[in-house]
Parts: sequence; structure tokens; C-alpha cells
Amino acid sequence: MTQSTGKRPRVGLFATCLMNMFRPNVGFAAAKLLEDAGCIVEVPDTQTCCGQPGYNSGDFDSARALARQVIAAFEQYDYVVGPSGSCMATIRHDYPVMFEDDPDWLPRAKALAAKSFELLSFLHDELGATPAGTRHLATATYHDSCSGLRGLGIKGQPRELLAGVAGLKLKEMQDAEVCCGFGGTFCVKYPEISEKMVEDKIHNIIESGADTVLGGDLGCLMNIAGRLRRIQSPVRVFHTAEVLAGMANGPGIGGHSQESR
Amino acid sequence: MEIRSKEFKSRAVFAIHDASLQQAMGKARDGFVGKRAQQAAELPEFEALREEAKNLKNHILENLDHYLERYEDAVKRAGGHVHWARDAQEARAIILDICKRVNAKTITKGKSMVSEEIDLNEALIEHGMEVVETDLGEYIIQLANEPPSHIIAPAVHKTKNQVSDLFEAAHGGPRKTEVADLVNEARQVLREKYFRADVGITGGNFLIAETGSSMIVTNEGNGDLTQTLAKVHIVTSGIERVVPTLDDATLFLRLLARSATGQETETYTTISTGPRRATDLDGPEEYHVVLVDNGRSKMLAGHFRDMLRCIRCGACMNHCPVYGSVGGHAYGWVYPGPMGSVLTPLIKGLDNAYDLPNACTLNGRCASVCPVKIPLPDLLRELRHLQHQQELSPVMQRRALKAWRFVATRPKLYHAGEWIAVRVLKLLGRKGSIRRLPFAQAWTDVRDLPTPEGQTFLQRWQAQRGK
Repeated sequence: MTQSTGKRPRVGLFATCLMNMFRPNVGFAAAKLLEDAGCIVEVPDTQTCCGQPGYNSGDFDSARALARQVIAAFEQYDYVVGPSGSCMATIRHDYPVMFEDDPDWLPRAKALAAKSFELLSFLHDELGATPAGTRHLATATYHDSCSGLRGLGIKGQPRELLAGVAGLKLKEMQDAEVCCGFGGTFCVKYPEISEKMVEDKIHNIIESGADTVLGGDLGCLMNIAGRLRRIQSPVRVFHTAEVLAGMANGPGIGGHSQESR
Repeated sequence: MEIRSKEFKSRAVFAIHDASLQQAMGKARDGFVGKRAQQAAELPEFEALREEAKNLKNHILENLDHYLERYEDAVKRAGGHVHWARDAQEARAIILDICKRVNAKTITKGKSMVSEEIDLNEALIEHGMEVVETDLGEYIIQLANEPPSHIIAPAVHKTKNQVSDLFEAAHGGPRKTEVADLVNEARQVLREKYFRADVGITGGNFLIAETGSSMIVTNEGNGDLTQTLAKVHIVTSGIERVVPTLDDATLFLRLLARSATGQETETYTTISTGPRRATDLDGPEEYHVVLVDNGRSKMLAGHFRDMLRCIRCGACMNHCPVYGSVGGHAYGWVYPGPMGSVLTPLIKGLDNAYDLPNACTLNGRCASVCPVKIPLPDLLRELRHLQHQQELSPVMQRRALKAWRFVATRPKLYHAGEWIAVRVLKLLGRKGSIRRLPFAQAWTDVRDLPTPEGQTFLQRWQAQRGK
């Protein structure tokens, strides 16, 4: 099925639910970064969700149903890449576990897991890409999303990629590696605890003196942006891909057009 | 103690608004996390030790019957007694029998989470015995009549001011405000008790199969006084705490203090082997070990065996942002935080602790610092799976999951649904975000909901690029 054109890898872009609904700009930024790095990008319309909401709610059967759908939709590609550590960790780590006792699907799950990557680590580690020529005037702090950080070992890659963006200064916040309180359905099942955690997070963001928050997962970023808006903070929030692709000129996540530069 | 894990949500909210608790927790959290990180960084083989400890624990658990039998034989050879308790009730009965037989009036206790697990103090007090906790933290919460809120720092939720108040009320003043003075005052009071004690009860950090010894670690030396000055020493321990040799114990010792308090080593590491020998200058006349199962052999046989590797260091809770937000009491039983969220449902029943496995963002920080690499998030997810299978999760959640699956396995329907949702949210959202949204209040009570851009990514992609 794979029809690689010469050496250009064919990448199936995993359109995460939150990106698809709330922030298509992140998807286009991802596509641009991948294409600039020499990939052919395709977006199969038979994809929906990776199944993580079911898996983390203990509904393993439903999670497997979704996983089979993702495997079928994406196994034709050389790589599967998505702008989220959380969804891609589900595919990379959880799919092989889900099908441990299923001899038909286990090899397919493993094969897909092996070629599935989170966007920023894929650009950095697999493609050795160094996006250049972009400019973004800001002092940014980076929130390390938990699934990406601990599940996929994403820590230095986004920072190194961002180092190539002209005008961008990175300023680390305290506890950058501590959960923001999103946690998927956790944030609506335990809103008070989630509030305490996101409050701690934005306290550290504001303390850092940064005017921008960057990260690699829209769940966390929407949680952080939503809380910043609630307290009417001017700090802006972008997905790292938007900045790297030079597509962060519009309003930040949860922001409005008047604030765009 | 009576399990109150069903009240997790309300107790968590209460804790979040308790200013003293938040002050105490913030201080402790920063201290523990920073010191552990420093210790881990300073020991080049730290990560290798974690892997080695995990493998050794797995080997022990695979051969647990063998090592326990060897341990029992060795204890007997040293002149001690081993008692096997299937559950909390049996454990209490065994200890109560010993105390009654020696006509115990005063009982000193070193810190023992197993004794909390089996509700030992209540049983002893009910039979007219005076029970004195000698670990400073345990002593504080005994005065406050509260359960521990942390497995190694039981009074971590208390501020210094609160301790001053407690001591003044219990000891009759004058009120001390300096930490050193407070510690000194407790020492004076406790010293009397050690000499009067008929029975000393301690936990056991490690049980050594080759020698029949029990090993405890403390920072106050209270365990030594508890176990050497009383006429009878009783060790309470879970069956999983056995290790083959003294050498093996040192592997865990290198990890324990670093993971727990961020110390290179604890101040006191004490090994007890049997009762006082003829040539010994001191030591108890009787030495007993009560080995408690209380659900552990069931864990050994099932999906949760990994949990039995736990060496009770508390690193998981020190690094857990949920524990750090709500403190230990919210969890409602003896063991709080990530390890407690696995143990409590397994020991006390899945339905008695529904919230504990669920009140977790699966952020994985606990597993990343666990000295024996217990995959805590995976175990918590597995508990959610059991709760789902047994229909213990809320009906609405199960219905929502069914609906989600129905729609999400039909891509055209799913994309149409997303398209409608995006349109509706776009209409509601002004200035980039939505402040109030019916049906999503749990989100909008805390934070705004960013407004979608207008069309879904898939729509725009197809419009721009075809397929």
C-alpha cells in the first residue's frame, strides 16, 4: 500500500480531537512543518479519536474498537504523526498493551506503534529538522505536558527547535514538569482539584515573567489558556507548532482578534 | 480506622480551602521534592539501583513462600515467634493475646503503618492499655486524635503553630514555639514512657530471611528505644517485606532514604534478631513477629502484583500534584496518595474507594520517582477497568462512554457531530472564549472555554487539498 515517492516519507497526520475542533491552525502548522522537512502529508478522513478517553475511563473494549479503527486508517503510511504527546503516547505505548492477548491485532498494533510519533520529537529526532526563517517576538515559557515528557521523553526537542526562532526568548518557569490539572476527564470530574492545580501552574507562569506559554498538547494548553482568560491575564498561549511554522500571528488559544500583533 | 474514602470529593474540597493545611503541604512538598532530586543526581548509579531493586523484588515475590518459610525458620532459631495473620482481625487478636498474657499496661509504638492498617491502637485501648506513639509525627497526631496523612511524615499536614497548641494542651505549657524546644519537650515526655513500657510494637522495613532479623529505619531513634526497653517486642509487618539477605536489604536502604526524605541515609538503622540472649546487656525477653496478609496474597496472584514491590518510601505522594493539593486525609484511609489509591480499593473493596483510582490525571510523576518502579498509573487505570466491568462507575459515565463509542466508530457521524459542536460553540463564544456553558459547567466554573476557530481541521483540509 505504501507508495513513497522517491525518498520522501508519506506521513499520515493524526488530527487530534481537540485540534480538529478547537485549533485547526495547529494542524496546518504541523502539516507545513512536515512538508518543509520533506514529507508528504495526508489526512485520512476515516480517523476519529485515538480511544484514550475510553481507555483511561476503564472501558478497554471501546478503546480497542477505536484503536482498531486508527490502525486500519493509518497502517498504510510510512509514519503517523500527531501534534500531541498524549494521543501519540496512547498509540505508541498503550495500543500494544491493549492487544496483548489478541494474536490478530497485536502485530498490527505493534507495527503502528513503532512508526507513530509526536510531532515535535519526530521533527527533531527522526527528521533532524531545523525550521529556520521564522520570527516570533515574545518571551515564552514552556509547559512540559506529562504524557509527552514521561511517556515519550519529550523535553529538549521543543526547546532546541524553538531556539531557532528569531526574536523568541525562552524563560523556564518553576515546576514546568508538574501536571497542569487537565488530565482528560479529570478536569471535569474533579473540578476543584483541577482548579487548584491549574492555579498553581499559572502562578508559576506569571512568576516566570513570560508573556507567552508554549506547549505540545492542546488539552493542557486549553486548560491553561482558559484559566488565564478567566483571571484576565494578558499572557498568550500557543501550540509550539504554530510558532515554529510562523503561524502564530493570530490570537492565542482563547484569545481574540484585538490582541493579535 | 473506619474507611471514609467515599467522602473523598467533599474532603478534598474542604482541604483545598484549609489555609493551614495548604501552608504545611506547600512547605513539605518543596522540601521533599528538591532533596530527593538532589540525592538522585548525586548518586550516579541511582537509576541502575532502581532497576536492580525492581528485579530483586520481582524475584522475591515469585518465590515469596520460600523466603517466608526460610524467614520463619530463622526467627525460630533465634528464639523468636512468628504468627501468621490472614486479616486485620486475626492480627489484632494475636497481638491482643500477647499483651494480655504479659499483663501489659503501657505499650510504646514505633511507627508502623501495618498497625494503622489493622486498627491496632483502638483494640488495645479498648482493653484498658495505654498506647503511646513514639515517632514524633505519630505522637503529634495521636494528641490531635487524627489518623496519619502521610506514610512517613504522618503529621505533615500540621503547621508548627498547631503543634505548639497541641503540646501546650497536652503537656501543660509553657507554650514552646521553636522546633528544637518542641522536639525536646516530646522527648522528655516520651522517655518516661519507654521505661514504663511492657510491650514495644514496631513495624519492619525489611525482614531478613537469612538471619530472621527485622530491620527498621528512623530519624529519631524512637524505634530503638521502643524495641529494646520493653519486656516484649512485637514486630508487625506485611508478608511482602521479606528480603533474602542482609546484603539485599542494603540495596533497598540505599534507595529508601534518598527517595523518602532526600537523605543519603536515615539517622538510625536498627536490626533486631530474636529476644535478649544470655550475654546481651539489654533487649526484650520475648520477640514476636506478626506477618499480616490482609489482601496481599490476593494481589500476588492477580494483576496487581507490582504493588507488592512497594517499600513505603512515600516518594509517590511527595511528587503527586493531587496529593499535594488535597493532603492525605482526603483519601479517607491509612494509605494516601498514588500508592494508597491502589492499595485502598484492593484491601478495602473497589466500591468503598471509587474515587481514589479516578482522582488522578495519570501524569506519571509518581512512577517516575518510585524506587522500585511500580507502574502506578497503569495499576490505577486497571482499577478503573475493574470498576467499569463491575458497573461501579456512575451510570451517566457508562452511558456517555457507550454513546461516544457509537459515534466515534462512525467517522462520518463523528465529523458531523464535531462540525455541529464547533458551530454552536463559535456562536456562543465572544472575544475568543466562553465564560459560561451549560452542560460543561465543570469546565467553565474553573476556566473559560477557548472558542473554536470556526470550521474543523478536517473540513478545511479537505476544502483546501481535496483528499
